Amino acid sequence: MTSIGTGYDLSASTYSPDGRIFQIEYANKAVENSGTAIGLRVKDGIILAVEKLVHSKLLVPGANRRIQTIDRHIGVATAGLLADGRHIANRARSDAASFRDLRDSPASLKWLADQIGMYMQAYTLYSSVRPFGASAIVGAVDKDGPSLYVVEPSGVYYGYHGAAIGKGRQLAKTELEKLKLSELTTREAAIEAARIIYLVHDDTKEKEFELELSWVSPETEGRHVPVPADLLEEAERKAKEALETFE
Amino acid sequence: MPSMEHVAHPQQRAFNPYTENGGTILAIAGADFTVIAGDTRQSEGYSIQTRYAPKVFRLTDRAVLAVNGFAADGNMFVKKVKQRLEWYRHAHAKDMPLRAIARLIQTMLYAQRFFPYYVYNILGGIEDDGTGAVYSFDPVGSYEREACRAAGAAQSLVQPFLDNQIYFKNQQAAPGQTHPSHLPLPDVLSIVIDSFTSATERHIEVGDGLEMYIVLAKGRNTQGMESLHGVQELSSKLDGERVFVVRRELKKD
Amino acid sequence: MDHFPTNWGRPRNDAFDHYNTYPIPVRPQNNAFADSVQRTQQPIVTGTSVLGLKYKDGIMIASDTLASYGSLARFKDIKRLHQVGDFTAIGASGDMSDFQALQRDLESLIISEEVTEQDGHKLGPKEIHEYLSNVLYGKRCKMDPLWNSVIVGGFKDGERFLAYVDLLGTTYTSSTIATGYGAYIAQPLLRKAVEGKEDVLTEAEARKILEDCLRVLFYRDARSLDKYQIATVNASGPSISDSIKLETSWGFAEGIRGYGAQTQ
Repeated sequence: MTSIGTGYDLSASTYSPDGRIFQIEYANKAVENSGTAIGLRVKDGIILAVEKLVHSKLLVPGANRRIQTIDRHIGVATAGLLADGRHIANRARSDAASFRDLRDSPASLKWLADQIGMYMQAYTLYSSVRPFGASAIVGAVDKDGPSLYVVEPSGVYYGYHGAAIGKGRQLAKTELEKLKLSELTTREAAIEAARIIYLVHDDTKEKEFELELSWVSPETEGRHVPVPADLLEEAERKAKEALETFE
Repeated sequence: MPSMEHVAHPQQRAFNPYTENGGTILAIAGADFTVIAGDTRQSEGYSIQTRYAPKVFRLTDRAVLAVNGFAADGNMFVKKVKQRLEWYRHAHAKDMPLRAIARLIQTMLYAQRFFPYYVYNILGGIEDDGTGAVYSFDPVGSYEREACRAAGAAQSLVQPFLDNQIYFKNQQAAPGQTHPSHLPLPDVLSIVIDSFTSATERHIEVGDGLEMYIVLAKGRNTQGMESLHGVQELSSKLDGERVFVVRRELKKD
Repeated sequence: MDHFPTNWGRPRNDAFDHYNTYPIPVRPQNNAFADSVQRTQQPIVTGTSVLGLKYKDGIMIASDTLASYGSLARFKDIKRLHQVGDFTAIGASGDMSDFQALQRDLESLIISEEVTEQDGHKLGPKEIHEYLSNVLYGKRCKMDPLWNSVIVGGFKDGERFLAYVDLLGTTYTSSTIATGYGAYIAQPLLRKAVEGKEDVLTEAEARKILEDCLRVLFYRDARSLDKYQIATVNASGPSISDSIKLETSWGFAEGIRGYGAQTQ
């Protein structure tokens, strides 16, 4: 970034001469520094997994969750500033609730991703605000089946079979590409997701982390919920075993 | 040909936001205690809705409020009074004095002067000077301190009885003697129980159960309550004013 | 700060808008349509009685499936019982459009509860009843009532709950509750069958009591129907039956003398 220090990076309402908005790129840095979050769209549902870095032993286990529920059938995993992620989730909740109010049917994820995208984009237009320092992986099973999107600080959003954001995204993406996502079941995918999170975790830099794992699967009657305790335990155990044998 | 005028007008029945839920409340102040009581029947028209709906509420260790009239308004009013007393506790780290609660209730009632809470309130308890006190209110907040008061469905039955028994109206004192200004606790309790058994006999909206709250001044012993069975203490501490509740069955017909 | 992105970048005027809330929301002082605003003055499509009782393992609520338009039996398979969350069922008499509005309101309440499930709170029947009381009382204070009598029943933390709330915000709890004509016809029968036996009545016995009451109501209430539903809430949560046909016999009608069609 050669233009740093030239003054074009101070405001989201000013372009640099080569047509960039640095505040958005800095927002992406905030996401890149965060613990990894991944999402898998498989044949019968979706899985969200987060590597939640625990910066203090004094924290209560399960505190500061980064996977949240938006509507019965929609979940979100965020990476970046925790508070920004929560704000996005709350905004998405009220969007989804007003969709239900107006249409008497659950929102599709395609629609919701668009709403979140438009909302986040609005924060890239004005000098008085900063873009969100968070990206969101949203996943759901809606009327069109399982779907998965990532919304970035710029407001762009893409649909994915498998998505990864945060620190370990490169390695996670490589691992995701090896999977035949559209042939996996949610149960199999939960194991894979846990394995990837354990794999990308760099315990030379951060020691402690908690695995957050949630899904929408045939077992949950279309609801987005944390995976059951026994599956989480199995997934974590297998993830640790896989680490031993990896390369 | 008969006039069709009465059919031509569309029938308009405006929504009536009020109803009456029956029941009666009563409070009597002694020298160093107060008794506040109410029946527990809630009715609408000729139907008994429930045999147990409390109308008397402990506000603090020295204040008890009885509400009677439109039950929905009554419950909402009590909820809001309790809320204000809690805020007072948070701000001042003590319970609000009785006379201040009385003024608070007047303010809250008058605030709804043009859409009143359709409730008659009787506030009983112990004043800062340790005397028993009863405050009675009309629905829009007019209030006064009295020695006793009955309100509600059987007010017209009970109040004359109280006038006679508490204020000694139409009674001639024995030669050389005067009427006492305050009655002892056992006498008051008997009068309260008799008031409600009588009101239950003669008024269809009164009955099912009786709840009597007894508030004792600081330092007063429980003398006069020995003969009562089933007394339950509600005080938060033992070295201040003390609140008790006694429950009795009333006829259910 | 202003949280509405559409307001950002617009001019502000600190003289009248110290906190940058521009544009200041203004409502027309003299609304030309004020006189045209209509509130519910009377129920239109109505459901008749709802019955509720406590039994050994929980509570039961019953109602027929008719929604009447005046004396016309307009809709004959309307659901007047509704599940709310994991511990509660409600049943409503009165205006059916108002009840359906209530159902939608409760549905969004439950969803907002579900998405914040991790906070460890769960709405039980007590909370649902308090919420409904506040909604109905609030509407009556606006002189815009929701024209219903609602029975709220449920089971949570080993405790049964049965309560009533109506268009005025009047509330009470009791071991038997009946709305509408049921208050006159079924309530005495329910009290006789249930009071004092709340902890002994089995599910089958409770169901039988409700069926008998519904039958009497069908015989005497001209706005009732011989199709009904029963909601049961116990330790395993709420369950609402499909429509059930009521067994009736009219043999006795012939013997009745003194009014009706016969001449002697």
